[in-house]
Amino acid sequence: MRGNPEAHELIAPSSLSAALGYLAESPGQWMPIAGGTELMVAHAAGRLSSPKLINLWGLKELSGISATDETLTIGAGVTFRELRADPIVASDFPLLALAASWVGSIANQSRATLAGNIVNGSPAADAPPALLVYDAEIELISLTGRRRMMYPDFHTGYKRTRMNPDELVLALHLPRRFGRHHTYLRKVGTRKAMAITKVALAATALLDGEIISEIRLAAASLADRPVRLVATEAALLGHPLSAATIDRALRVMLEEAKPIDDIRSTEAYRRHVGANLLGEFLAQLVHTEGAR
Amino acid sequence: MTQAAWPTIDFTVNSNSVSVAVPPMKRLLNVLREDLRLTGAKEGCGEGECGSCSIRMNGQLVNSCLVPALQAAGTTIETVEGLGTRADLHPLQKAFLECGGAQCGICTPGMLMAATHLLAQTPNPTFEEIREGLAGNLCRCTGFIKIFDSVIAAAQGAELHAR
Repeated sequence: MRGNPEAHELIAPSSLSAALGYLAESPGQWMPIAGGTELMVAHAAGRLSSPKLINLWGLKELSGISATDETLTIGAGVTFRELRADPIVASDFPLLALAASWVGSIANQSRATLAGNIVNGSPAADAPPALLVYDAEIELISLTGRRRMMYPDFHTGYKRTRMNPDELVLALHLPRRFGRHHTYLRKVGTRKAMAITKVALAATALLDGEIISEIRLAAASLADRPVRLVATEAALLGHPLSAATIDRALRVMLEEAKPIDDIRSTEAYRRHVGANLLGEFLAQLVHTEGAR
Repeated sequence: MTQAAWPTIDFTVNSNSVSVAVPPMKRLLNVLREDLRLTGAKEGCGEGECGSCSIRMNGQLVNSCLVPALQAAGTTIETVEGLGTRADLHPLQKAFLECGGAQCGICTPGMLMAATHLLAQTPNPTFEEIREGLAGNLCRCTGFIKIFDSVIAAAQGAELHAR
């Protein structure tokens, strides 16, 4: 333990509005902490730069999963354990349940929150690719009000987002319209358990005959942030699922992917494995289409 | 801040009410070991990878090295010290002894808490469920198989007792 607990203040507001009041009063001064699976690691290593922390763990306004016929709303403070246990996540958004099962260990999943995984901003984070291919909206809240944006617009660069210093994530909203889609999610890491992603690809698609009528592709660690692969999607959308289309899409993806080099992998490895994952997904689609 | 300024944090450990005055960002692991003298939970990696500090908090398995003391306020905590006594071992502790699931002992308290949590959720786990339930706990002695055997033996023992 190289960090000094006495060097950090930690306050626990009793409500979300009280917490937002602190953020409004001195924006950027308070570091929110929920499950601590990221910040407490930094703390132990003596790398936690924020002297002032504000507790969000246990705030009722950020908890819970609720559903209407059209939308699933997931509170910012929902843990990956809760995501894995939710019947509607399992039935309507299986890629999100699968991604949740990849987050660290059982002990990490009982503490790590969905919004924590998002705002930490790692390009390798497990939840974002699934959220991206399900057209999630992210809702932010501050003392002055709430605003929503499409989740692909939220990440603006390496560990950078559109969230203002006086805002918190309130919830994620997912449209319940992916029940008939073909889906794909694969993570490549050093081993199955407790491994951080080298590269991951998520996809949702619909076929109309042999025409690709809907396609969403999203990746972890194929850019400096979680991204939708819009150019690759454009190479597939509205085209027949043919060998020529697949070949063109793979070439576009090798161009579109702009991964970073870091301690976990290299730019070239990530780009090529990412394209291989797309190839695997499209081969599965061909197989499905041929089986009809 | 001076020591007098630390807030008092109240919670329950192994059915006993406790009250500590500590910095709110002190890790629960250190509070357990230093302030409460419960040295079962160990520090291995200090970053949530090895599981040797595993405890249960409000019925969920957590790494106590990643919990700031303040978040323990009002919670119910179970540590390995609450599992059994030397005279009356918990079935998992007996099984670990009988199957060679404990060697050097550093990972054992965390393994026992992760296994306790697993059996609380899944009384008859498959081999794959045992592997997943203990995936956050590293052992460098046993090669894991004897630990998995211990959990299977404890689960089967519990089943026999239930009949």
